[in-house]
Amino acid sequence: MSERKIRIMVAKPGLDGHDRGARILARCFRDAGFEVIYTGCHQTPEQIAATAIQEDVDLVGLSCLSGAHRVLFPRVVQLLREKNASDITVIGGGIIPEQDFQILYDAGLKAIFIPGASLDSIVDWVRTNIQPRD
Amino acid sequence: MYFSDETQRTSQKLSKKWQDKVQKSLKNNPDQKDRFSTVSDLDIKRLYTPEDLKDTNFAHDIGVPGEFPYLRGNQVTGYRGQYWTFRMFSGMGSARDTNSRWHMLLREGQTGLSTAFDFPTLMGYDSDSPKALGEVGKCGVAIDTLEDFLVLMDGIPMDQVTTSMTINPPATVLWAMYCAAAEIKGVPLDKIGGTIQNDMLKEFIAQKTFMCPPEPSVKLISDTIEFGTKYVPRWNTISISGYHIREAGSTAVQELAFTLRDGIEYVEDVIRRKKMNVDDFAPRLSFFFNSHIDFFEEICKLRAARRIWAKVMRDRFGAKNPRSMWMRFHTQTAGCSLTAQQPYNNIIRTTVEALAAVLGQTQSLHTNSLDEVLCLPSEQAVEIALRTQQILAEETGVANTIDPLAGSYFIESLTNEMEEKAWEYIEKIDALGGMVAAIERGFPQMEIAEAAYRFQRQLDAREKIMVGVNKYVTNSQHAVPLVEIDEQVGEEQIKRLREVRRKRDNHAVKKSLDDIRTACKTGANVMPFCIEAVKNLATQQEICDVYREVYGEYRDPGLY
Repeated sequence: MSERKIRIMVAKPGLDGHDRGARILARCFRDAGFEVIYTGCHQTPEQIAATAIQEDVDLVGLSCLSGAHRVLFPRVVQLLREKNASDITVIGGGIIPEQDFQILYDAGLKAIFIPGASLDSIVDWVRTNIQPRD
Repeated sequence: MYFSDETQRTSQKLSKKWQDKVQKSLKNNPDQKDRFSTVSDLDIKRLYTPEDLKDTNFAHDIGVPGEFPYLRGNQVTGYRGQYWTFRMFSGMGSARDTNSRWHMLLREGQTGLSTAFDFPTLMGYDSDSPKALGEVGKCGVAIDTLEDFLVLMDGIPMDQVTTSMTINPPATVLWAMYCAAAEIKGVPLDKIGGTIQNDMLKEFIAQKTFMCPPEPSVKLISDTIEFGTKYVPRWNTISISGYHIREAGSTAVQELAFTLRDGIEYVEDVIRRKKMNVDDFAPRLSFFFNSHIDFFEEICKLRAARRIWAKVMRDRFGAKNPRSMWMRFHTQTAGCSLTAQQPYNNIIRTTVEALAAVLGQTQSLHTNSLDEVLCLPSEQAVEIALRTQQILAEETGVANTIDPLAGSYFIESLTNEMEEKAWEYIEKIDALGGMVAAIERGFPQMEIAEAAYRFQRQLDAREKIMVGVNKYVTNSQHAVPLVEIDEQVGEEQIKRLREVRRKRDNHAVKKSLDDIRTACKTGANVMPFCIEAVKNLATQQEICDVYREVYGEYRDPGLY
């Protein structure tokens, strides 16, 4: 039996419609051999957490370019914890000033990728840090 | 033929000789790369000659400014009578904060206003909606009711300054607020001027600020076009936009083709739904393009856009009024070409892009600030961006003569090539049944996704270069000061909104919302009812909720 593939959910919380990065990443993850779920723009943190659990993903990648990341990213992590799903790793990306990195790490995000990060570097991070769960 | 037979023969002979020399030279001095292409990946030849224009007819294809096909510009006098409008897109925090920034820009010589709204306003939600969490005042100004709007326009002479508003699904509501504010300030509707973006098709294709499905979204746009034609004749009721299509990762040709095909869709809808004559409304249609970093490609795109539109209006719609054939457009330099790394380099990128827009004969221009890739622009960064335009206009001499690059073998050839490729897309979308049908099939969305992904792969492979990102990378960063919007802005906005809800006449609000609902159901024009509703202090979400209730909500299919 083949090993279970890593399942990744790419999600855009909030009202921001800048989805170029999210869509490129979804396609890149698919090409890298991961299973990808992309739920489109305008998801609430509640919707994202619910889908992540329902779809049994290993990783949630959040993208936000509107400046609302400081509120929305921690909220997703918190909701996953409340639903006993803290084993789902959460990472984020977008227009995130460096001064906000620590706030997001403290909130439980495991990595932040900003413009200029190569696709390969993101895929490498996933391969190194994420194990498919049973 | 553009050149005489003799010139063509001489050109062929000399080109052949040159080719031989190139082959010899390459043996010792090979090219730096295998392939030379634009940022959109169009192949570019080493040299262009008269042979590239052998099918070009001067009178038919090039001509003079102010004459069909308007390749060289709409205005017969070019920039000599008037420069393009210096129009910086701005909006932040509260209405009061944005109003102060506007007064600063007008003091510094800006000639038109352009409004950035925050995401809740853009999406038709009030500041206290759960959906607005964390977003109030962040990416633009928060406007909930006419009271906020009056603060925004405080001290702005609405009969003299034109105002552009980047607003799409709730465009009817924000425009109604503008009309109501003018009335309160004693300025008649036929004296106000400006633009609402009001282009929903590109939202489904690229920018993703949507509310109702495509069909009713287009209906609301036709309402504004009809209302503007009758009562607000100086207003551009739509700005058909390629900017966001490009930012989403399209090629220049896709930007050109999808934008113009969107324009065709709107014209068809107004003619069909409103039974209006094309020449009655087409002169007020306006466009909005991106100016990206590939200098010549952008100039050619803007030139081609004018020529295609003139042909569309004359040949497809039978327009008779030359003004219907004019493609008037605003341009913004490319946000997606800027880099967070070594941010001061962005000043140079913006300068080159602004120059391309000017050489493409834009009517209006926004230059991005160096820090816009990181945050809302600081006052100092905005000033540099505005000065960039003023230096181009006043110092460099590029505005002295009209369309100075016309006649260049390369420029005319690339303009022709981009036009041909755009027509192929337009015909393809016609064959799919129009743009609404194409969007429902995900056609433009997937074409853009493909182009964006290809470009990112080319960056990763260093086939395309972004300085400071994948070449000339340094660790030392010259940090720029970041503008931050306090979370308190949101709290205060919510307080103000609740105060308005408390003191207004709720009975009058309910009645005006019922009138809008009836108009939506019967197909009547919603604009007069929207103006009445905002005067009664209905919030923008309350009006948008009526649209959602009657027309339904559109959900992002999440294509990638």
